[in-house]
Amino acid sequence: MSEDNKSTAVDLKNLKAGGFIKERKKDLFTIRLRVPGGRLPVSRLKRIAEVAEKYCSEGMVHLSVRQSVELINVNFKDFDAVVAELGEGDQRVASCGARVRVPTACGGCEYNPNGLVDTQKTALEVDRQLFGTSTGHHKFKVGFAGCPFDCPKSATNDVGFQGAILPELANDACIGCGLCVKSCSDGAITMGDVKLPRLDACLCTWCGDCVKVCPTEAWRAAKRGYTVRIGGKWGRHPLVGTLFASFLPEEQVVDFIATVLDWYKEKAEGKGRTRLGEIIIQEGPNSLLSALRSKFPQYVVDATIPPQRIETQVGKRPG
Amino acid sequence: MKNIDLRGVSCPTNFVKAKLALELLDAGDKVEFLLDDGESVKNVPRSLKGEGHKLLALTEVDGYYVLSLEKGEE
Repeated sequence: MSEDNKSTAVDLKNLKAGGFIKERKKDLFTIRLRVPGGRLPVSRLKRIAEVAEKYCSEGMVHLSVRQSVELINVNFKDFDAVVAELGEGDQRVASCGARVRVPTACGGCEYNPNGLVDTQKTALEVDRQLFGTSTGHHKFKVGFAGCPFDCPKSATNDVGFQGAILPELANDACIGCGLCVKSCSDGAITMGDVKLPRLDACLCTWCGDCVKVCPTEAWRAAKRGYTVRIGGKWGRHPLVGTLFASFLPEEQVVDFIATVLDWYKEKAEGKGRTRLGEIIIQEGPNSLLSALRSKFPQYVVDATIPPQRIETQVGKRPG
Repeated sequence: MKNIDLRGVSCPTNFVKAKLALELLDAGDKVEFLLDDGESVKNVPRSLKGEGHKLLALTEVDGYYVLSLEKGEE
């Protein structure tokens, strides 16, 4: 059969990266749009609304659980028109299948008072460089949380990022007001004998509340970046990702994910449709740790544990 | 010093009340806010600092907190 089959009613290259999902009813599909980090300009939202009004046969859209707008009840014969009218290079279609998916992200540090890093910027960059990359095995999800509140549930992603800062105290600038002690949700800061706060680093979750409340900037960020957890997934048999790196700089995120992808592609070879977390459990976390350490020695942790299974109490797994 | 009792008022109403109270003062004026333990004392000081005011001290008094603050420039 010819590559360029003129009798095909739909331009098949639009379908390559996925994002067109079959529905129950004959001829109807969902078209999942690419909205990295769940943020889109109002002008684009208007354009989507116009296209949806024209092609969503029930007059509805669905907001996906990963922050996308999905055009639902679209006839497959309208694919090309929908893609064209959304505006190529402006609003694109997302992906499905064994590929790197559109990253999710919270609002980040631009307007959210808890945000420690610019999750929106990182999510856009990851989307630009890695979106749609075929893994050869299974889907691959990435998510960005701006702080340890972790609204995006970063550790349920294949690679999950959580904004973090490591606080340090400049003793001479401290006025001993005690606001940091009261602000610390983890009880990591106590007031010492000489009205000088003390940090118990083991208890700290790197949220930066002490830095934010400190009236004299005595608490400062010694390090800032992402806490990285790898191997998470949800679904029938959930896994929570575990710690592989801390304070990874924002500008190294794309390379970091690419290194994880390379390891996954290699180690999952011949294992079929298996998520990253399961491969880490099979191989042991040290193999991935060493692969990452060779490129990111400053940020990769000394040791970690395999992704953690969540007992769902339904569906016992054999073996 | 002016004293504003925000006890019994939850977030974010306590912060908005604090903001409204500060609108009636001049830059450099000092004020005390009485805050409940928990969410209030954890959130309100940080939010007020974020608005450009100078936090001076936090003192515990009989199960609640007194936040001393100097109003910042507009």
